[in-house]
Amino acid sequence: MLLSEANPATGLFVLVPWIVFAPVIGLLINAFFGKRLGETGVGLVASLASGAAFLVSALQMYALALYPEGAQVKIAEWMHIGSLALDWTFRVDTLSVTMMLVVSGVGTLIHIYAIGYMREDVRFKNDPARFPRFFVFMNFFIAAMMILVSGDNYLMLFVGWEGVGLASFLLIGFWYDMDTLGRPSWANSNTAKKAFITNRIGDFGFLIAGFLMFWYLGSFQFGEVFAAAPEVAKAQPWVITAITIFMLVGVAGKSAQIPLYVWLPDAMAGPTPVSALIHAATMVTAGVYLVARSFPIFGLSPDGQYIVATVGAVTALFAATIAVGQYDIKKVLAYSTISQLGFMVAAVGMGAYVAGMFHLVTHAFFKALLFLSAGSVILGLERGHHHGHHEPSSPALPPKGDGSPLSHRERDRVREAVFDPGDMRNMGGLRKTMPVTFWVYMVGALALAGIFPFAGFWSKDEILLDASLHFPHVYWLLTAAAFLTAFYMGRQVWMVFFGQARHEAAEHAEESPLVITVPLIILAVLSALGGFMNLPFEGFHQFGYWLANTLGKVEFPPFDFVVAGLSTVLALGAIALSWFIYQRKPLENGDPDPLAKPLGPAFVGMENKWFIDEAYQFVIINPYKRLAEFLAQTIDWDFWHEWLHNSVIYKGFVGLAHFLADPVDLGFIDRISYWLSDAIRASAESLRKLQNGFVRSYALSVLLGVVAILGYLLFK
Amino acid sequence: MVPVSYYILLSAILFSLGALGVLIRRNALVVFMSIELMLNAANLAFVAFTRVHETFSGQIFVFFVMAVAAAEVAVGLALVVAIYRSRQNIDIDQMSSLKG
Amino acid sequence: MTLELILFFILAAIATLTAIGMLLSRSTVYAALYLVVNFVSVAIFYLLLDAPFIALSQIAVYAGAIMVLFLFVIMLLGLENLAGELEWKKLVWPLVMGGILLVEGVFLVIQRVGQNVYIGETGTALSDPSLMAKVLFTDYVLPFQITAVLLLVAMIGAIVLSKREKPVLPSQGKEA
Repeated sequence: MLLSEANPATGLFVLVPWIVFAPVIGLLINAFFGKRLGETGVGLVASLASGAAFLVSALQMYALALYPEGAQVKIAEWMHIGSLALDWTFRVDTLSVTMMLVVSGVGTLIHIYAIGYMREDVRFKNDPARFPRFFVFMNFFIAAMMILVSGDNYLMLFVGWEGVGLASFLLIGFWYDMDTLGRPSWANSNTAKKAFITNRIGDFGFLIAGFLMFWYLGSFQFGEVFAAAPEVAKAQPWVITAITIFMLVGVAGKSAQIPLYVWLPDAMAGPTPVSALIHAATMVTAGVYLVARSFPIFGLSPDGQYIVATVGAVTALFAATIAVGQYDIKKVLAYSTISQLGFMVAAVGMGAYVAGMFHLVTHAFFKALLFLSAGSVILGLERGHHHGHHEPSSPALPPKGDGSPLSHRERDRVREAVFDPGDMRNMGGLRKTMPVTFWVYMVGALALAGIFPFAGFWSKDEILLDASLHFPHVYWLLTAAAFLTAFYMGRQVWMVFFGQARHEAAEHAEESPLVITVPLIILAVLSALGGFMNLPFEGFHQFGYWLANTLGKVEFPPFDFVVAGLSTVLALGAIALSWFIYQRKPLENGDPDPLAKPLGPAFVGMENKWFIDEAYQFVIINPYKRLAEFLAQTIDWDFWHEWLHNSVIYKGFVGLAHFLADPVDLGFIDRISYWLSDAIRASAESLRKLQNGFVRSYALSVLLGVVAILGYLLFK
Repeated sequence: MVPVSYYILLSAILFSLGALGVLIRRNALVVFMSIELMLNAANLAFVAFTRVHETFSGQIFVFFVMAVAAAEVAVGLALVVAIYRSRQNIDIDQMSSLKG
Repeated sequence: MTLELILFFILAAIATLTAIGMLLSRSTVYAALYLVVNFVSVAIFYLLLDAPFIALSQIAVYAGAIMVLFLFVIMLLGLENLAGELEWKKLVWPLVMGGILLVEGVFLVIQRVGQNVYIGETGTALSDPSLMAKVLFTDYVLPFQITAVLLLVAMIGAIVLSKREKPVLPSQGKEA
């Protein structure tokens, strides 16, 4: 293993490949021995693997504290073709280690949580044998995400990028033969496909950016690209802008911005730990990481920055409006995630990389917390549902992966299993029955809404501050989104935890076991106190100083009371408004949403996600399918196979072969060979007559020879 | 004073007659005799040239030719006798068992 | 026209006519006899050419031994009248070839042999047998010895070839 810098901390830096190898070993153990280890064993192996990755990341942080310039640890040569030299090199610097810590730290907590969650979930869905597979995929995701954040060149990053996309597909489609409610269906696998394909469109943008980078800047490696960028920016500025725009396409796919965000809400079909880990805390932040990592390139293109920031801000507001109208607890959180990602993308687009990364970290804490708590709520309702039905531990539904039709008894169960434990209209009053979940959820909600002194306040405020100074339109958009954020979180909290239970399942809900609640508590503490790592006061920008080692000079605008005050007032006002609407007269079972009448068609739009999916289906997907069918049937089959191959080529060939065989081969060529043999035979026969056994004729031949020679001598 | 070319011409004529005899006759003995005639013609030419060049070589050569001719006739006639014994005739046109 | 020339032409005519006679005679014995006369005339030619030894050898060996041998065999096997008809139709090619040969020979002679070379008077140096013997036994002794061996071989061959196996052929009492 080589180190590109002679560094006395080599001992520690050299350990960095274990952030990838540990999860890989974990997944291999679970894949081959999962059945034998039992559920606890599998979960333990996976959590330990993820924990080992966290430990190594922590060691890297320690090493970086001593030697902030970082290191590059090369472990293998990958491609050396012509002028392209790519290696698998781990880049240890403050930015990548930040991501490593977040991914492995939050990831380990979620692994532990998932042991408890999946144990109950596979029983509700009646397929306990699938338990090990979940952890194999989870470890695979950790490994891929680690490759993404630790790569030293854009292609290694892309390997991880693709890997997390695959992990997302596998995990969203974990219950591939069902829909979200456990009925046999294609729905989940279609959702997984949708996620993968939408991501692919983003990957395409990323690849184009990569190609431009290689063509004009000559390399994929970070250092070389950033060194070559300024010259190209002076000579051909459109190249840098184009690279940033195409990277934005990739970011829009992976980090769910407009227009490629549509996969994330549907991805809630996967188990809740998946939603927490991948679609809240880590995978979706890969786009933000990409922009932060590429800061020299973005810094050279003001147009690119403007577009990125605007897209992020618009997405933030757009998603927030949709979140207001959602009834599913996870869907609200999903749109909230899209909205917060918009905040982050806007931040790094504006150039406030520290603010964006800070929000990434705090968002990982409280969004994972919120998702996991939502999972706890869902499980609580499931438990309550089964208690209420007096069925000891029978599942809600038999999953039928083999496609055979349902019997009468099974159909009855299907009908009664159309109980959606995630629907907030079925909840209410859970703070009494699930107190721990309630309190941690409060912490998370307050953090997300941006209430002092929780983590979200500090990070969101940082972004707003920077926006107010440089990009005013972004500032107003983000402020409006922040208002809505607080509003829908308040709505959610009132609907879920306050008032009266609106369904017997909520009445009988039970608190979750320790294996679930302990990670929640840890995350709640982090959400509460996480903001203190980067206070906006002189000398307290610890996180900022930490990142400055990689990002170069970082600007720390002074704390602005106006901005902070305005955002706090708006947040508190939104919470008050939501209390006014939803809690002053708590909702009863069957009531419509109180906003429906005043907002009218706007609420219908919000409820139905502004019909974007339907629009995509109509404008893009259906014509595409028709085109594909046309190409497949008419052009490929009818024209290409039937006509061209069969009639023209095949029959023509056969005809030609017949022609060549009969007249040409048999008629002509054979005749030539027969003629040849006949001629030889005839000449042989005629020559045979010379040997007639008569001495006299032999003597004549001798005389002939003599005569000839004499004649020759005569005429010489 | 006879020009030597006359002798040589005579030798050529006798030789051609001998060759013709080999080709025309069917009797093996006559064929043999024609061969002797041819040898004789050659001898004549030798002696004539010897006379011209005034050296003994030609006569010596003739001497040897005669010896060889005698030997050849002895063997050949023995052959003819043997053939006659087995086939009862010496018509060479009948001796075509080498026909192929 | 000297005497020699006349003699030459007469002898030449005899030689040629007897040769033709040998070719065309229907009886084997007559053919042999014609050949004997031919040999004798050639011997006289030798005499004309100052080669007495050769002349006498010719008579002794050719006419005296070889032809006698021929006649013995003819008599022995009773072949006097065995010569068949000459079928002139089949003999076109041989005759043509023979004619061409003759013509070529004539032309060669005219072309190559000097016209003005005469057989003239010489001393008896060439006709002395003792001188010939001297040359024979010194310069040509090897061929001489080889010829002796050859004659031996021929003798043995002749005996072997004409030896008869046990069964007696139903011929007219002719024993080897």
